[in-house]
Formats: sequence, C-alpha cells, structure tokens
Amino acid sequence: MNSRFRTETSAPSASLGRTGAAAAQTRNSNGLDQFFSSLEGRDTLSILDFAGASQANVSFITNLGHRIYSEDVLSSIDEVFGSDPEAHSNPVRIEMFLNQVLDFTEEQFDGVLVWDVLQFLSPAAAQATLDRLYRILRPPSYVLAFFNASEKITSIPSYHYRITDSKTLTLSQRGNRVPTQFFNNRSIEKLFQRYESIKFFLTRDNLREVIVKR
Amino acid sequence: MWNKKKEEEYPPKQGVNPAPPSYGTREGVSNVPTSAAPSLHAPEPTRNSAIIGKSVSIKGNIFSQEDLTIEGEVEGSVELKENRLTIGPNGRVQAGVKAREIVVLGTINGNVEAAEKIDIRKEARLVGDIKTARIVIEDGAYFKGSIDIVRPAENAKPTKQQSQPAPQPAAQPAPQPAQVQQPQVAAQNTAK
Repeated sequence: MNSRFRTETSAPSASLGRTGAAAAQTRNSNGLDQFFSSLEGRDTLSILDFAGASQANVSFITNLGHRIYSEDVLSSIDEVFGSDPEAHSNPVRIEMFLNQVLDFTEEQFDGVLVWDVLQFLSPAAAQATLDRLYRILRPPSYVLAFFNASEKITSIPSYHYRITDSKTLTLSQRGNRVPTQFFNNRSIEKLFQRYESIKFFLTRDNLREVIVKR
Repeated sequence: MWNKKKEEEYPPKQGVNPAPPSYGTREGVSNVPTSAAPSLHAPEPTRNSAIIGKSVSIKGNIFSQEDLTIEGEVEGSVELKENRLTIGPNGRVQAGVKAREIVVLGTINGNVEAAEKIDIRKEARLVGDIKTARIVIEDGAYFKGSIDIVRPAENAKPTKQQSQPAPQPAAQPAPQPAQVQQPQVAAQNTAK
C-alpha cells in the first residue's frame, strides 16, 4: 500500500434508526466530523455540496461562516448520461457532465462534500470528475466521499444527505441505483492518487467513509 | 378575503391581473427544520402590491417602490430595495434580482440579492448566486449556485462617512417601513 495512504478504523457509527417505511435515517459519521474538524479555524471558506440544496446543509455550513455551493450531481448524472450504460463512458458526455456540474474557476473551493456520488459514475467519468475537483480545490482542502463496501450488492440505495450536526447525518432515500463500479480500498487509493493523503473510516453498515486531502 | 377587497378598491389595470394569485396552502413544510420553518401561509400580495400577470412579458429594468408579484416573464433586472418580491408559480425571471425579501415559487435565472430573506419553495427553480441575510429552502426546490449569507451588519449600507477609514458601528438605523405609494412599476422596452 502506498505509504501516503492510511486506513483508520473508527468507532462504529452505523446507528441506522428507521422511523418508518420511507422515513429518514440518521447515522453518525466520523468522516463528516473529521471533514469539518479539518476546516476548523478557517473563516469564509467555499464548500461545494454534491447533495443539492437543502435547508439543513445550507444552515449548517453558513452558520459556520462559510459559503455553500449546491449541485445536485445525481440529477445531473441522470440528465447527461441517461440510462444508456455506454453514455457513461462517452468522452463527449463526460465533458458535458463536467461543464454542467463543475464549471468553476481554479482553486475556488476549500472543501467538497461528494457523498456517495462517485460510485454511480463510470471509471472514466469518476476519474475525470476527480481531476476536475483537483483543479478547483485550493490546498489545503478536503473531500468527503462515501463508498459502499459490499461487493455482492448489485443495487444500492442512494440518499439525500442532510447534515444534522457535525457528527450526524439524516439520510432520506431517493431510490435505488446500480453502482457502475465497485471500489475496494486499493481502487479508492488509485482513484485519489493525485491527492496528498487519504484516510478511511470503516463502519458497520458496509460504507467506507473517506477523507481526502488536496 | 384580501383579493376581494383588492378588486373593489383597485380597478383592473392593463397588464395587471385583477385577482392576485393566492399561495395560501403549502405542502412539505415538515421537511423544513422548525427553526427555519416559515409560516404556514405564503406571503400574500398586499394592498400595495403590483402584479405582472401571466400573459405579460417584459424586457428591461424594473424598479419598484412597492411589493411586486411576477406571474409572467421578465428579462433584464428587477430591483425593489425596500420591498418584497414574489415570483409566482408561473413566473419566469431571467434577470438579476434585488429586493428586501424574495419568495420564489417559479423560476429565476440570475443572481439574487435579498437584504433580509429569501424563501425558495419546493416547486421553485433558481439558477444563480444568492446573497442574503436569511434563507429558507424547501426540500424539492431546485437550486444551482452559491449561497452567501451576509450578516446584517455587513449588509447595512454605508453612511455619509464612507470615506473614513474607521468602520461604521454595527448598529445602523432601522430600515424604513415600505412606503405606501401608488403602484408604479417602471418597465422599459415592453415587448410582446
């Protein structure tokens, strides 16, 4: 394993508490906690949120004194790539996707909340997205991403991620999706190889939380 | 109700809907945290509110000293510094927008500046950067852009002593209440 990377087993945080059939779940997130701890002491940062606009995320981030940029990336994936699996690897579509979602100036952001989006992008699109993120992130900056850890699952739920507090997320499901690729630790490291460091948080609910430093 | 009164008190004008739309019922309020939850009823157009009707299309700059509801199309800029702007469900605005308070139920393409508050309802679609003191976004609203929260002290306008290097005290004169004037919407280059 590349010495720049390290794996840290955090205290299990998967406290999924269903309150009803389609009710929101809450879960503890050490990755989220680490993400905001890393940004502590810095004012007026620019945070890009891939979960789309929500009152919870806007309030939480702006209350920290930061500026939030909202992008509903899953909707853009559907819009640009559609349901055609070949479109996901089409360079023209990938470029369209990047221009629609990540059309920002260089080094504009100090943090990106990617959530679980990368696992719904083809390897080519995911790599292109991370290359673009690398450009628009201003060091030292951080990326928070989630990856499902189970190889056997063919369909996984996707969620609206709402920040309740610095350690807690509220997840409301927005349907199931077929992941376009499975990520193990090695493939995640490879994906972020341009970045300075990566830290894994292992949880009980088959989710890898990853903090990446640019 | 108010719209009946309005009909009685103000005769219908050209480009103005006689019966202003009512956005009285809201759904999905439970999705909004209670701390930020707005009242159950959408702001209703007041007696001194002008309305750009569904069939009206304006290209140009709008300056208003009264509340304004846009149900039609506007392209250019909209400025209501001391008043409330409502973009109705059918309203489509392709313009930079400035107002004291903004309620969005329709579509805005452009940067938005609300001195006090912006309220983005669940059917709304807003593409642009927002600068405001307070924001409410309902789940389901489409928003693409940045949100910059301007604290009231930052938002206050500089006074005459602007050139002095020392910063102005945070306490600024309270904003004047909206002036009651005859409706006057200055629209230039009205088209269509």
